Amino acid sequence: MSAPFDLSDDSVVVVIGTGAGGGTLANELAQKGISVVALEAGGRHLPDDYINDEWPSFSQLAWLDKRTTSGGWRVAKDFAGLPAWIVKAVGGSTTHWAGASLRFQDHEWKSLTHYGAVEGANLLDWPIEPEEMAPYYAKAEDKMGVTLTNGIPGLPGNNNFKVMKAGADKLGYTECHTGRMAINSQERDGRSACQQTGFCFQGCKFGAKWSTAYTEIPLGEATGNLEVREYAHVLTIEHNDEGKVSGVVYADKDGNQHRQAARAVAVAGNSIESPRLLLNSASSMFADGLGNSSGQVGKNYMRHMTGSVYGIFPEPVRMWRGTTMAGIVQDEARHDPSRGFVGGYELETLSIGLPFMAAFLDPGSWGREFTSAMEGYENMAGMWIVGEDMPQETNAITLHAEEKDQFGMAVPNVHFTDHANDIAMRNHAYQQGSALYDAVGATRTLPTPPYPSTHNLGTNRMSEDPSKGVVNKWGQSHDIANLFVSDGSQFTTGAAENPTLTIVSLAIRQADYIADQMSKGEL
Amino acid sequence: MTMQKSARGMTRRELLSSGVTVSAALVAGGGFIAHSTESWAMETTGLKPETMATILQVARDTYPHDRIADANYAIAIKGHDEAAAEDPEFAEMMESGVRLLDALARRKGNPGYLATGWESDRVALLQMVEDKPFFQTIRGGLVVGLYNQKDIWGQFGYEGASFEEGGYIDRGFDDIAWL
Repeated sequence: MSAPFDLSDDSVVVVIGTGAGGGTLANELAQKGISVVALEAGGRHLPDDYINDEWPSFSQLAWLDKRTTSGGWRVAKDFAGLPAWIVKAVGGSTTHWAGASLRFQDHEWKSLTHYGAVEGANLLDWPIEPEEMAPYYAKAEDKMGVTLTNGIPGLPGNNNFKVMKAGADKLGYTECHTGRMAINSQERDGRSACQQTGFCFQGCKFGAKWSTAYTEIPLGEATGNLEVREYAHVLTIEHNDEGKVSGVVYADKDGNQHRQAARAVAVAGNSIESPRLLLNSASSMFADGLGNSSGQVGKNYMRHMTGSVYGIFPEPVRMWRGTTMAGIVQDEARHDPSRGFVGGYELETLSIGLPFMAAFLDPGSWGREFTSAMEGYENMAGMWIVGEDMPQETNAITLHAEEKDQFGMAVPNVHFTDHANDIAMRNHAYQQGSALYDAVGATRTLPTPPYPSTHNLGTNRMSEDPSKGVVNKWGQSHDIANLFVSDGSQFTTGAAENPTLTIVSLAIRQADYIADQMSKGEL
Repeated sequence: MTMQKSARGMTRRELLSSGVTVSAALVAGGGFIAHSTESWAMETTGLKPETMATILQVARDTYPHDRIADANYAIAIKGHDEAAAEDPEFAEMMESGVRLLDALARRKGNPGYLATGWESDRVALLQMVEDKPFFQTIRGGLVVGLYNQKDIWGQFGYEGASFEEGGYIDRGFDDIAWL
């Protein structure tokens, strides 16, 4: 059913990456009759292959190519080679994501306007109005089957949620529910309802969680307009004498290189690989990297202000049972500078299995403080903190001066240091999360440091002014009209919400724009 | 992992009588360590048996779980013996690390690390070597090597994969009763 396109076919749109952004864009374009070649660095894994065992699953799905880290964040010390926990497979990180699908709050599109200038932060308003996004959010929610939208019932609360809800009630929080989740609470679109297996992060064995791997990708392939090439790792994007992109060079499974011609190229390799690819594509015409006249490619790396709080109780909770993230407190998501920071954060239920708890609870620590906490595992409840972090120009993806990957390309270095606002927000969240568990009888709370990044954002950001960002409001390069960015790297700011719904909404919107530009002969 | 329930056809009594007791429960002999009550023995090829016995105690003291048997710790550290057999530099790092621990123990008036009776005293010794690659290799290896052993998950209440049984939808995902 999928369409094999010739390497020399320069009528195709090449999409790099098949996750939330690339997978959605590829299908949306294919549905409109546009020819698409999607190049995916990883292989195709489907629910039957997913492994519900944390370390083997990690080996199966995670992006483990060489990366380096620097900066003040603890990840650079504890997980120096693993800045991010993201996926290399068809479907990208929609295989691994937890399903939380929240719209930005209106003010978060205009953080500079609402927060004012913050010292040391590179805040900027998105060049998009919230009203423009509303219909695309609605389309994305329908596509993904988000609970508590479109008349879809919420997921049932598991044990971990019940603890959160009881604590939230005690604290007087009023916005606590089982979340807007792209996980079926009932059969929909030929996919099963959630069976409460508890392994959302390892790929849903029942396909109840929306992932482009088994929704967008096969739908696109069924049109005959989309070809997905697996194990096609893009090395560089090429351009012609007019300064338009003309094709991409990729390595196949055996390391052999090929060149696919392109009418346009959309980059959606996640916020580490996307800027790396643009930087690695530097040429005499674009000496600082493709689309980098602003100098902002790779800059303003955001990862959300995160952290976790685990509470240990006198009685069992068994938090690992059931949907991992179907539980949220939204009361702290507002912008309220009286708390000592700008922006806000969400508290969401979280559980990791025993093997990952050992690795991530307090990396590097040992002795009885650690092991007695581990022995509280059965009685633990857990929550993840996700809040808006400040874009900082010095937090950046750069090319490593010496280290090369398996294809001889410069590896990315991920540099990150918390902004004072991030630290103030995290401390507030630790305090509130601990208070929530204390209110229902926790005997011990564990303020757990951030994990390797799952939300990687901002490194090819949108801007009205071409000197302040990499792409315009359509995700189109300010410098090169037929070059697009289609993943979370186009985020101007991160907002407090999990990013996937916004990435999908932007991709649907971008597909409309690309089709429109093509029909007008502009592309 | 080549742990054996009984070593090379020897009876347990013969095996134990061929070695020397290096800790309350462990016997080190020519090329093996054996447990006096758990009925297992482990051949050593890259490190001295006494060294492996000490590393086993270091492992326990680093991530102490009193209800987890020595055998699980032995499985978690077995790779260091194998690595030492392949790489003399690695072997020397481990051997010299144990020598250092023993020297530090003697400075505190004990015959060696294993002969230091209280965990808190041994932990004090470990804190003195905490930044050394020797210790970090043992500690780091345990994070996956110990906690990823499925047969100890039950000690923590963890149940592992559930999809084969249809998830928890009918098996207690929301059964909390004490709230």
